[in-house]
Amino acid sequence: MNDGTAAIASEKLAVGGEARLRIGAWRRFAIAALIVLAAALPFGLSNYQVFELTQVMIYAIAVLGLNILTGYNGQISLGHGGFFAAGGYTAAVLMHRYGVPYWATLPPAALVGFALGLLFGLPALRFEGPYLALVTLAMAVATPQTLKYFSWTGGQQGLNLAKPAPPPGLGIDRDRWLYLFVLVILLVAIRVAANLLNGRTGRAWMAIRDHPIAAAAMGVDTPRYKTLAFGTSTLFTAVAGALAAIVVGFVAPESFSLFLSISFLVGSAVGGIATIGGAIVGGFFIEFVPNFANDISDAAPWAIYGLAMLLFMYAMPRGVVGSLGPLAAWLRGRLRPAVAAGEISAASNNASSPQQTSQGRLE
Amino acid sequence: MHLFLQQVFSGLASGAIYASLALALVMIYRATDLVNFAQGEMAMFSTYIAWMLVNAAVPFWAAFALTLIVSFIGGMVIERVVVRPVENAPVLAAVVVTIGLLLIFNALAGWLFTYTLQEFPSPFPDRPLFGALMTTRDLGVIAVTLIMLALLFAFFRFTATGLAMRAAAQNPASARLCGIRVGRMLAIGWGLAAAIGATAGIMVAPILFLDPEMMSGVLLYAFTGALLGGITSPVGAVIGGLIVGVTENLVGTYLIASQLKLTVALILIVIVLAFRPNGLFGTAIVRRV
Repeated sequence: MNDGTAAIASEKLAVGGEARLRIGAWRRFAIAALIVLAAALPFGLSNYQVFELTQVMIYAIAVLGLNILTGYNGQISLGHGGFFAAGGYTAAVLMHRYGVPYWATLPPAALVGFALGLLFGLPALRFEGPYLALVTLAMAVATPQTLKYFSWTGGQQGLNLAKPAPPPGLGIDRDRWLYLFVLVILLVAIRVAANLLNGRTGRAWMAIRDHPIAAAAMGVDTPRYKTLAFGTSTLFTAVAGALAAIVVGFVAPESFSLFLSISFLVGSAVGGIATIGGAIVGGFFIEFVPNFANDISDAAPWAIYGLAMLLFMYAMPRGVVGSLGPLAAWLRGRLRPAVAAGEISAASNNASSPQQTSQGRLE
Repeated sequence: MHLFLQQVFSGLASGAIYASLALALVMIYRATDLVNFAQGEMAMFSTYIAWMLVNAAVPFWAAFALTLIVSFIGGMVIERVVVRPVENAPVLAAVVVTIGLLLIFNALAGWLFTYTLQEFPSPFPDRPLFGALMTTRDLGVIAVTLIMLALLFAFFRFTATGLAMRAAAQNPASARLCGIRVGRMLAIGWGLAAAIGATAGIMVAPILFLDPEMMSGVLLYAFTGALLGGITSPVGAVIGGLIVGVTENLVGTYLIASQLKLTVALILIVIVLAFRPNGLFGTAIVRRV
């Protein structure tokens, strides 16, 4: 009997795998279509709309960084605005003082973000929950004040940057070029994040999030992976900061207030903290909901923004993607009766034969 | 030495205000594992209510008492209406709800009362005491805080409701089995926290002047104080708040200009926390494996 059930299980797995492969092909097609759509989108929109969508993608990269830390590793941060600023200022100073081309500022910004994150992640090992929130909050509060203090950061006025020109011969204007540039970085970021999270590192992060003691008992080097999560997270956010500096063409201490850090956290929660797609939803929320709120009420737009946060959290406490994801998976199961039925009949067909043989053997 | 003592006393006065708000934060944290980011803005809103009453020629202490009652009821209503829906949601969802609440109160106050600075009367005359070591105003603020603390202590120690609230915070499931209405206790907790916050707001308004942004800095100091003392310890919150107040004042006087005061104070406290990760009086977070 045991042989029989084992055989059924393995058959089911094989058939299920095939079905999954088919779904995988569909999924790949859908993703490719989405990417093409995203790349074509700016050519049908006004300059300002293109700029707004570019901002959405930048915020999405920053929120993705925060999701890695908070959603997948369980460490909260109220200071990611500070790392965003670090990336932004790295790019700005390199461009402004050393004439480095804009695209070449991304690797140094990433490096600075990673290094700062590791440095910050080490003391963060000692803190949990609200204490970590305070320590990162201190960082968010300190950032604008510290930036004002130095002359090479442009002090209170900040730094003005020349907006980068699109490569000649491509025939597109600056805003659309920057949109595509940011889109490519976003896609790379998503790919890197997905690979990390689906692999050994991501499993270690999630194990630590779900049960640090059990993870340590299983041989996960907890301090190392927690620090690594911090560094990876801030790397993403710093790159987003650098992109923001390039796209906006301006950095100033006041753009990196505590409110920015809180916006990232809100975007992360609204999208779904332990999701990748949620980062994009979060980017949209951060960029557009304040504008919508402004349209609804001139008098108290931030009250509408706050109300939107409340409503989103009531309707989808796990975030948009976190709450709708399981629903979509369930729907997919329902909408594919063919695949599902095939799976069941194949499984039952195969199920009958080994059972017979085992019965035969018993006789 | 005189300057030093002067700064310590004036630090204790602002520390008493931070301590009150820190206590409000700790109360809600203990009951629900939630840091209420809206605590400061709730206090600011309460202070505007007091301001309206005082402007309507209500005597100061009557306005004070009325504001506390209104804030208490308001806090209970907020718990029932706004916070309850995310009671069983992930903590971050609840945190975002309190951030949303912060924005709503801030914007509402700006809309109803405008963003201009308003003068708020102090109930205490501003006279030097003990050879100019402190002022009567500082003494008054400290006295009000101490009286409030004593009342709270008595409430939690000697009344049935206080005991029930402690039980509900410590172990909601067992408390419910004993017949305690945990939901109601939570609402009372929010009401009390709102009233404590209102006291802090009314005490700080004569010094900082009243405007919708008044409490944002205070909340940060209070949060720092609460964590320094240990977020699970009410006594720790009070002591932590006082330490933060004194540290802030001394840093501002001796170390650095007021612009970077907040940053330096925060860094000092982070360093302290690095050696005592659960605060000075907090208990380590223990989890069942």
